[in-house]
Amino acid sequence: MRPIYLIPLALFLFFAGLAGYQLTQEKMQTIPSQMVEQPLPEFTLAPALEGMPGATRADFVGGQPRLLNIWASWCLPCIAEAPHLERLKEEGVEIIGIAVRDRPEAVADFLDRYGNPYTKIGSDDISELMLEIGASGVPETYVIDADGNIRYQHIGDVRADTVPQLLEILEDVR
Amino acid sequence: MIAELGLAALWLSTALAVLQMISGALGLRSGAGAQFAIYARPAAVVQAFLAVLAFFLLLYAFAVTDLSIKLVATNSHSAKPFIYKLTGTWGNHEGSMLLWVGVLALSGGLLAGLERRLPEKTMSATLAVQGFVALGFYSFLLLSSNPFERLPVPAIEGGGLNPLLQDIGLAIHPPTLYVGYVGLSVAFSLAMGALITREVNPNFAKVLRPWVLGAWVFLTFGITAGSYWAYYELGWGGWWFWDPVENASLMPWLAATALLHSVSVLAARDALRTWTIMLGVLAFSMSMLGTFLVRSGVLTSVHAFAVDPERGSFILALLGLYIGGALVIFAMRAGSISEGKRFTATSREGALVFNNVMLSAILAIVLLGTLYPLLTEAFDVRVSVGPPYFNPAGAIFAIPMFLVMAIGPLLRWKDDKPARIQFELAALAAVVIAVIALVAILGDYSVLAVLGLALSIALAIAALLPLRGRNIRRVPVATWGMICAHFGVAVALFGMASESAFTSEKLAAVAPGDSVEVAGWNIEMASVDPVAGPNWTAIEARILAARGDEEPTVLGPQSRNFWSPPQPTSESALITRWDGQLYVVIGDQAGVDANGNNRWQLRVWWKPFVTFIWYGGLLVAFGGILSIAGRVRVDLKRRNAVAMGKVRREDMDALAEGDAIDGANGSSGGSQDGPIPEPAE
Repeated sequence: MRPIYLIPLALFLFFAGLAGYQLTQEKMQTIPSQMVEQPLPEFTLAPALEGMPGATRADFVGGQPRLLNIWASWCLPCIAEAPHLERLKEEGVEIIGIAVRDRPEAVADFLDRYGNPYTKIGSDDISELMLEIGASGVPETYVIDADGNIRYQHIGDVRADTVPQLLEILEDVR
Repeated sequence: MIAELGLAALWLSTALAVLQMISGALGLRSGAGAQFAIYARPAAVVQAFLAVLAFFLLLYAFAVTDLSIKLVATNSHSAKPFIYKLTGTWGNHEGSMLLWVGVLALSGGLLAGLERRLPEKTMSATLAVQGFVALGFYSFLLLSSNPFERLPVPAIEGGGLNPLLQDIGLAIHPPTLYVGYVGLSVAFSLAMGALITREVNPNFAKVLRPWVLGAWVFLTFGITAGSYWAYYELGWGGWWFWDPVENASLMPWLAATALLHSVSVLAARDALRTWTIMLGVLAFSMSMLGTFLVRSGVLTSVHAFAVDPERGSFILALLGLYIGGALVIFAMRAGSISEGKRFTATSREGALVFNNVMLSAILAIVLLGTLYPLLTEAFDVRVSVGPPYFNPAGAIFAIPMFLVMAIGPLLRWKDDKPARIQFELAALAAVVIAVIALVAILGDYSVLAVLGLALSIALAIAALLPLRGRNIRRVPVATWGMICAHFGVAVALFGMASESAFTSEKLAAVAPGDSVEVAGWNIEMASVDPVAGPNWTAIEARILAARGDEEPTVLGPQSRNFWSPPQPTSESALITRWDGQLYVVIGDQAGVDANGNNRWQLRVWWKPFVTFIWYGGLLVAFGGILSIAGRVRVDLKRRNAVAMGKVRREDMDALAEGDAIDGANGSSGGSQDGPIPEPAE
């Protein structure tokens, strides 16, 4: 056996080892926003629903830290997170909603069915705020401190175990 | 019932693959076991029938939208157009793997049923390897991705299909690539069979060649179709993105291209023996590697496949078993196969070897670029390797390759003097310099694009030079194939270079009534209206595009929103002219203008000669088809001649015996029935 004929085998074994190692590693499935620890960008969004106010950046400044929840009536995980947002509301947290690419009738229907945890809902028809704050999908929840800075990003639906975590962070940034 | 029948057919195929593997392996031994070798061929043929049947049963389940089958329920929808119900069969992981094993079994069956030229032992070894490969994929399908799994309760409605994939491109592009990948598995089995039995010779190369050519034609066609699909469907105006999944299809093609040239050297000159075997193993490893990268999700890609690390582990295990095993056998056996006949550097073989090395180098570059993120992620650094790496690094080897590709076919086999073709060399050099000078005068373009233009024109001329001084009617079909394929490469290269050098682009926010100008085209946005399809809603712009004073053509680019599952896509609109394409995409709403009209993002490109990329690809594939046709025709002729020769010899023998009985002087003169000479390559 000439050693030269072992080179392909050696290269292959190196690759197989590397690929095998990578398979066992946890893959990062989400892309964290670069906007965390940055001030919330300036925005003014029209109301998503008749009879409720829309949302602007000014709504986040002063008083208590707040939650910014990006959702949509067409989004299934948003149904799953509705009861947990309700619990946060009961804990006295102010949640301002951003409805992405939605229609007023559909928003009203969704809130009738699954409850309304929001004090204000802005309508982001062309995902402009979503893009500006670096959201990678719907739903996402951001902790905004009283100075209007983005302090934390939660990607995906809010679950039962996310609630105490969010409450803790809201307390920390106070 | 359909699902159970399909599953039963798959299990039976699996059992037959085991039989094929064992009887094939027994055929290698001398002694009592050897007689079992006769089962290998029938096992392969029946297996082909059963596996193809299983695929058609799944196709039927998709056609009638049988929502009690999990795969149909998750990937289809009753409201989907019928053609996309059918293409949905292989638009998902399980279905595409079933297609894969179906084609694998079919090619195994064809090989077993038709191929009679190899020594029986080599054939036995080949079928054993083929059975072993098939067995792995059957296990993968049945154990981790059963396409026929039933739901406990039938679904009421299906979950749709990725809307990007709801396109006729999907109907042709992935299955074509699959056939190519799988064809390379036959090349792999043949290479292993020849290596195990030490029968690496021109006869083996002639058996191998049609399989390599066939797989290569399908790969060429699949890559061309895939590139065009990405071009018009993704709406980014690009035709190649160096995405891991694209690279996964390019790498087997590069290996197969190298293999088919080295097979030609082996067939014609009995040289490059170990190298050909190595390429046979490499080509199949690249197709398996592609499958692994695509299905395991170890790399991030724009192609959203259902990725699953568990399936990834399974494919990696198969990869380790087949390729690792093959390389071990290669390391042990390669030394005992002599390198074959010698030749000088300035000969046809020399040029082919040079191009083989260049192709392998490009393959290594693409492979390194594709796997590099895998390597850096092991150290927690996330990188994305893109055109700034691939284009120049690939060009370093592609440019010398194109140069030698122009000259190689003009050289003679074994040994030649460059002086003999000095006129051609000088003419080609003049063309290259003239084009570079001309383009340099015209404007300031990137070096690679200019070199590409010059080389493409020289290559187009050079591709036709082998016809010089020959009687056109007597040129063998296979030679026409080579000329056509090389000319196709020139055409595609011209398209690529022209697109990257001369494309004009415009991005504007326009309200109805506004117009933009690009490269002599006047593009007016007439209106924007909502439209609806069977499972989507969209806004469609009515655009009037005219070049110079001509009558405007109406275009309707759309920005679509599918609702099951919800996903936005953009439908580009194209005007194709002989000298290029106008490419129009409508984007999101972009505020309002001074008069209160809604404005929309409009993106327009004029891409001169961009279509040549795909015309070239088709020409290359067509050249491959011509080549197969020519080879098969010669083989059949030869087979007939041999058969007739045998009949004649038997007649002569009978006659001679008759003469002997008659006691006459035996002067049969049967010496003309020697081996039929091989037609010129």
